[in-house]
Amino acid sequence: MKRIFAATGAGLAAAVFLASAVAAAEITIGLGADVTSMDPHYHTLSPNNNIATHVFGTLIDQDEMQKLKPGLAESWRIIDDSTWEFKLRRGVKFHDGSDFTADDVVATLARVPAVPNSPAAFTIYTKSIAGVSVVDPHTMIVKTAGPYPLLPTDLSNIFIISQKQAKAATEDFNAGKAMNGTGPFKFASWARGDRINLVRNDGYWGPKPAWDKVTFKLITNDPSRVAALLAGDLNAIEIVPTADMAKLKTNKDINIFRVVSNRIIFFHLDTDRDVSPFVTDKQGKPLDRNPLKDLRVRKALSKALNRPGIVDRVMEGEAIPAGQLLPDGFYGTSPNLKPEAYDVEGARKLLAEAGYPQGFAITIHGPNNRYVNDEKIVQAAAQMFARIGVDAKVETMPSNVFFTRANKLEFSFMLVGWGSGTGEVSSPLRSLLATFDAARGMGTANRGRYSNKQMDALLDQALATVDDAKREKLLQQASEVAINNLGIIPLHYQVNSWATRKGVMYVPRTDENTLALEFKPRS
Amino acid sequence: MPVYFIRRMMQSVLVLFVMSLLVFVGVFAIGNPIDILISPEADQHEIERATRALGLDKPLWEQYGLFVVNALKGDLGRSFVFNIPAIDLILQRMPATMELAITATFMGVLLGIPLGMWAGLRPESFSGKLIMSGSILGFSLPTFWVGLMLIMIFAVFLGWLPSTGRGQTREFLGVHLSILTWDGLRHLAMPAFNLALFKLSLVIRLARAGTREAILQDYVKFARAKGVSSRRIIGVHVFKNIMIPIVTVLGLELGSTIAFAVVTETVFAWPGMGKLIIDSINLLDRPVIVAYLMVIVFMFIFINLVVDLLYSVLDPRVRISESKG
Repeated sequence: MKRIFAATGAGLAAAVFLASAVAAAEITIGLGADVTSMDPHYHTLSPNNNIATHVFGTLIDQDEMQKLKPGLAESWRIIDDSTWEFKLRRGVKFHDGSDFTADDVVATLARVPAVPNSPAAFTIYTKSIAGVSVVDPHTMIVKTAGPYPLLPTDLSNIFIISQKQAKAATEDFNAGKAMNGTGPFKFASWARGDRINLVRNDGYWGPKPAWDKVTFKLITNDPSRVAALLAGDLNAIEIVPTADMAKLKTNKDINIFRVVSNRIIFFHLDTDRDVSPFVTDKQGKPLDRNPLKDLRVRKALSKALNRPGIVDRVMEGEAIPAGQLLPDGFYGTSPNLKPEAYDVEGARKLLAEAGYPQGFAITIHGPNNRYVNDEKIVQAAAQMFARIGVDAKVETMPSNVFFTRANKLEFSFMLVGWGSGTGEVSSPLRSLLATFDAARGMGTANRGRYSNKQMDALLDQALATVDDAKREKLLQQASEVAINNLGIIPLHYQVNSWATRKGVMYVPRTDENTLALEFKPRS
Repeated sequence: MPVYFIRRMMQSVLVLFVMSLLVFVGVFAIGNPIDILISPEADQHEIERATRALGLDKPLWEQYGLFVVNALKGDLGRSFVFNIPAIDLILQRMPATMELAITATFMGVLLGIPLGMWAGLRPESFSGKLIMSGSILGFSLPTFWVGLMLIMIFAVFLGWLPSTGRGQTREFLGVHLSILTWDGLRHLAMPAFNLALFKLSLVIRLARAGTREAILQDYVKFARAKGVSSRRIIGVHVFKNIMIPIVTVLGLELGSTIAFAVVTETVFAWPGMGKLIIDSINLLDRPVIVAYLMVIVFMFIFINLVVDLLYSVLDPRVRISESKG
């Protein structure tokens, strides 16, 4: 009897739950960074792109591990080294009811470079394209200038608009008039700095979204976002602050979803100049040579870092010690690279071998409002360096000051981070470690001016190899050369986290996107 | 009077001009907006394009010259981040901040003056002492912390009020106000109280000090001797006399509340101007920073003018001088 009663009870509970799930097909999600424009081609900024992903489709989508999967293009293939054929999905409709065809893609590619006043244009994803031709409404040929294996990856960042909006201005998108996409949600309204409302697109070609209405609330203050979740005003939040993680994990009403991110936190160091501005002897006098140019010194500094300690104490466990540019399993990462072990004795020995038995003095620079716990990480690292006799001073500053000075090469040793939007290792290799070459767009964020001919050659070869398996081998070799030479000193990978109220599930993503489509009521 | 106005206006123009120059040079010195705004994956070519698009390739004096020429035509520039005219952006956000600041000021005045006068009339009583110790807490506790505590108590534990954000708005004379809807008022209650707390304490202290001083004055004794009711003495004569310092302080405070409600706005995710200015500084969105500070300077000038005019209403001894201004 008791058992029957329990079963009925469970059945009843399930029924009630189902009923409430049907009635409450609304979700309110707290976002941690402000959205600045609705125009999908105005500013390539993660919060903007995140919203655009809901309303607009891309030819190629990225899954939660940033692997490419078919989007508006059902398939694509290489015809020759610089020619690609894309087969477009049939029967896809824009929110206004018009059919999606190759002409819309052409119109999109034409609009991307034509958006005025863009502070960061999407042309970085289209610059390889030399020409586009339409074979039939659902087949198109894209020609690239030379072999360019990253074309599908780049196209996964380009949001397709309807040809009707080819001439639309940024204001038209902001006002909602031009927000006509093929995505799972339709744009409803936007109150700047406050909220964004979306409604379900019932004609979406993919899986049916679980929510009729989605509200994104912009709550940039971390404790407030957590409080709003606890108060039940939000069903889910992104970017769970590390300080609240332990407490939220013990809360029965809250679920936490975590996954390692594509963002590595590392030290960039001046391996180029013979005299570096912030490296001195212990009395503060300039040294006759730059110790950071010596691999043994770089190795010693890397060994001095207690990565598990930083992850455990500073990051409250919300990070993973890093041994290369992207976490294991990402395209182009090498299985041979592991995080450097903490070894004070070994570090001292290496310093002595390099001719610095007494150590030297250095200033570590870092931002204090850009990465998770950035200032604390720098302070912890400075203490660890002190243990091997390297006197490290700490100087942190707001990111708006930091990056300008870092780009002017004013620092010797600095904490920086890098998120690989493309989800593969050529992104950090070419931006952070390739020899600086403005004309070719190599090493644009190489603030230590690391340069290694062997690595450059491997990378160049990889970037011109269309065969995925061969390219991966080359990228792995390039990573090994760069990391074994310590062009950067890897520290850890950040962990992305989301918290939801009980009953809502999420598939956590390496790319920090918060997609309403991926939130599901528990069934 | 007209001479007085003209003089004040000329001073204001000069202040605005100096302000714009300081801000322009100041923001230029902090850093390069492109370094913050550009996609990290961008190459040199794209960096140069963006620099040109935002007009940052020109020398500083030329950028400033262009700004002044445009400003005289009424155009304060376009936000780098939002790509809309900076002044539109500010005006869009202004109603939210205004209703917050004005509600907070009203709370401060309506609660602060009676409480302060009560404490001033009964300085030795328990209630008087309680009010005074309360006011010490009011301005020594950090706004940030109080805001979070309010959220924890009223939203998380009691569930009476929504935790953050602005409620439903209704259009009134072309402006979207949340103060006109029930949902809006529920959202407004906590942030307004949080913002009011400091002002409330300040008003209590000023009202108490003023009252204690005023009740010893001859005119109060004279009124009592004449047999004027104690209610009228306190409600009219004392009240009018303590208002001068309160009006001065509130005038200045209203300005800074509107301009720098940023902490409360951040804690309560209130989409006002304070949040806008902080975000703009972080992103080095110079047109917005400059335009914002111009608007604020203008507002301070205006509020000070109103305060000066109010003095002469409250205290007949204060005259607005034609010659000296």
